Amino acid sequence: MSGTRRFLACSFVALIGVLSSSLRAQVTPQRLAASSSEPQNWLTYSGNYSSTRYSPLDQITPANVKNLKLQWAYQAPVAGNWQTTPLVVDGVVYLTQRLNDVVALDAMTGRAFWIYRYTPAQDRVVCCGANNRGLAILGNTLFMGTLDAQLIAIDARSGRPIWKAEVASTKSGYSITHAPLVVKDKVIVGVGGGEYGIRGFIAAYDAATGREAWRFHTIPAPGEPGSETWQECPKGGNAFCDPDAWKHGGGSIWLTGSYDPELNLTYWGTGNVGPDYNGAQRPGDNLYTDSVVALDVDTGRLKWHYQFTPHDVYDYDSVQIPVLLDNWAGSRVNVVAWANRNGNFYVLDRATGRFLVGQPFVKVNWMSQFDERGRPMQTPQPDGQPTYPGNQGGTNWYSPSFSPRTGLFYVSAWEDYASIYAPAPSEYKEGKNFVGGGPRNLSPVPGAPGLGRSPINTWTESAGHGAVIALDPATGRERWKFKMTDVTDSGILTTGSDLLFTGGREGFFQALDARTGALLWKTNLGAAINSGPITYRVGTRQYVSVVSGLSLFVFALDE
Amino acid sequence: MRSVSATVVSAVMWIGLAAALPEAQVPLHGSEYADADIAYGAALYASKCVTCHGTEGDAIGGVNLRSGTFRNAVIDRDLERFIRAGSPAGMPPFVLDSAEMAGIIAYLRNMNGFDTASVKTGDAGRGRAIFNGKGACTKCHRVGAGGSLVAPDLSDIGAVRSAGSLQRSLIDPASQTMPINRPVRVVTKDGTIVNGRRLNEDTYSLQIMDDREHLRAFVKADLREYTISTTSPMPSYKTTLSNGEIADMLAYLLSLKGLLQ
Repeated sequence: MSGTRRFLACSFVALIGVLSSSLRAQVTPQRLAASSSEPQNWLTYSGNYSSTRYSPLDQITPANVKNLKLQWAYQAPVAGNWQTTPLVVDGVVYLTQRLNDVVALDAMTGRAFWIYRYTPAQDRVVCCGANNRGLAILGNTLFMGTLDAQLIAIDARSGRPIWKAEVASTKSGYSITHAPLVVKDKVIVGVGGGEYGIRGFIAAYDAATGREAWRFHTIPAPGEPGSETWQECPKGGNAFCDPDAWKHGGGSIWLTGSYDPELNLTYWGTGNVGPDYNGAQRPGDNLYTDSVVALDVDTGRLKWHYQFTPHDVYDYDSVQIPVLLDNWAGSRVNVVAWANRNGNFYVLDRATGRFLVGQPFVKVNWMSQFDERGRPMQTPQPDGQPTYPGNQGGTNWYSPSFSPRTGLFYVSAWEDYASIYAPAPSEYKEGKNFVGGGPRNLSPVPGAPGLGRSPINTWTESAGHGAVIALDPATGRERWKFKMTDVTDSGILTTGSDLLFTGGREGFFQALDARTGALLWKTNLGAAINSGPITYRVGTRQYVSVVSGLSLFVFALDE
Repeated sequence: MRSVSATVVSAVMWIGLAAALPEAQVPLHGSEYADADIAYGAALYASKCVTCHGTEGDAIGGVNLRSGTFRNAVIDRDLERFIRAGSPAGMPPFVLDSAEMAGIIAYLRNMNGFDTASVKTGDAGRGRAIFNGKGACTKCHRVGAGGSLVAPDLSDIGAVRSAGSLQRSLIDPASQTMPINRPVRVVTKDGTIVNGRRLNEDTYSLQIMDDREHLRAFVKADLREYTISTTSPMPSYKTTLSNGEIADMLAYLLSLKGLLQ
């Protein structure tokens, strides 16, 4: 072959490669909506719009899972346990690392293509660590919310920023820690800051320009529907009662919502009311805190809501992942299933919000029962007595999973865990901590050092333990339970071969039989697992990955 | 006036607070304060705070510590934060260990009803002699390089345990045993019995200090039996030591702040 012909041939091959790569990299809204048809990828935070964290991949099976081997690991230079879930798009892993970096890695080898570093403003305030839980993608653009409440569009091929939109002000305590949700041409994102007296909202931005398309406030202004639940202060009563409580009433957003393309509704869970513990400062139910809100994705208008914990005084954020199930319990009803921090499992008609199931999955004593409309009858405990579940909840940000094969809903739970609450007046100051007292753990030895967790589990059996609980979504009843000695903050993944992957604070990454809960395989990754495992495929090979500590570990069967 | 009855003084204090607070407020501090913590806090106050705040707690204009309530420190956690951070008005930040912080907060909350003159402070030197002699504590515990490893090392116990907790541990040891330190008994599949103190545990394994001072680890799946005891092998000193000797022991334990500090 002559030099010219060889050059042309090589150029052609290269061009085909570029075109192929370019075509593959385009993530259209249609691909996002049909993500289950391309299980080799992990295109959204929860794997699909229904947020089931279920993958049809089945190369790794209960029979061969014991042969899993570490293929690669990626470790970040910034300390702290990550809560992030990566995206995987056509052989590329997109990962966030502290503080607000994005890394593009080859999914087979873990080698980096590029790193984008964003330094959030120094005056940022976040209650609970420099957490970022992940990204969204549309076309060739990645979207990341930042600790200083910016939304940034990043070119997925080069790692260069395209636009940046200020979602809210750090001065007032706002932040963004969750992965955005892309629907159609919009990027939907909400704000954190529930411990800093924010007024929460969910907003949609034009994916191409970063212009705000709509905004839904999770705390209604006076005169708006729901504002009647921010009641007037009793005359001559409580000196700390705030007539303007709604202005800093919380209702933060810190986990990613779900989307039903047929109903054109997006579902989001809202955070705690502010101040967290001192209900006397904010009489009423305090809508739409601790609620699920169903919003029209084109307009942001509220279609329905359901409040899990009216007038919360326990910090029972209801930001958990809304899991969308079709043909619930053999019926024609499509539902949203919800394992809530307040210890109850819920099923709601996702077209109307109608209450169908409310069932505790851990010990609950803050309420006794539901009325026919699903309102909990609250049973506040006497001063100094423990409330179950405790401040961190029966579950929390840990992604649950639903397997259409087993028909079971899986949740990471804290069992036998309580807090003693001591509310106190809290004066609102812009951007400052605004919680109204605080909880303490049910310590078996008052005056002794505070109970800590890994690597030394000083809590032990005395203050609660973790579990994976498999629930029947028809009833909310437990089918099986896998108990752990330490608690777990790990998400859950289920697969088409009836495997369940999960982690925990002990650092074990475990595979269970999704039908029985039997342990099939485990390995210790050395640090707490605070995020959800995912699975993907490159070529013919299935991989399973999970973040432990500040590292991403990727496993597969030997070829 | 108060010398030993925390309950009485706390009740008086709650009444005072209730009068100052709006209705429907719950008690602000969550629990009562141990006599030993208040007494320890009084001693700390006398060495660290009295120069500026005065013996009566009112030497700084506009600040009356004897009130027990503070505008910027409603709950104890706020008070702790304030003491650690200091104040732009001139109070320096204070570095206090857990025992000291528990003591100073207990005293500040009870200052108004507490008679410092009535407190009989123990002697750390005498306490040390009891610890090493009559009390036979080194048979199980260790301080510095001396003693046994069977029970928890106490070299820094005075920094991490409050005075109240230490006093209770001398009277009712089981009530103060950290659950992680509970005695365990394992029987391996071959019938070997091992007793020891739990150091750590996870879903699949157990780490202990056995009763021969060896670090041992076990895989739970390999055990025939594993039991955790909620009783303590430590004896109560309620009847074997006098109140004065217990006060001396308490003073000694509170003086144990760690070898590297």
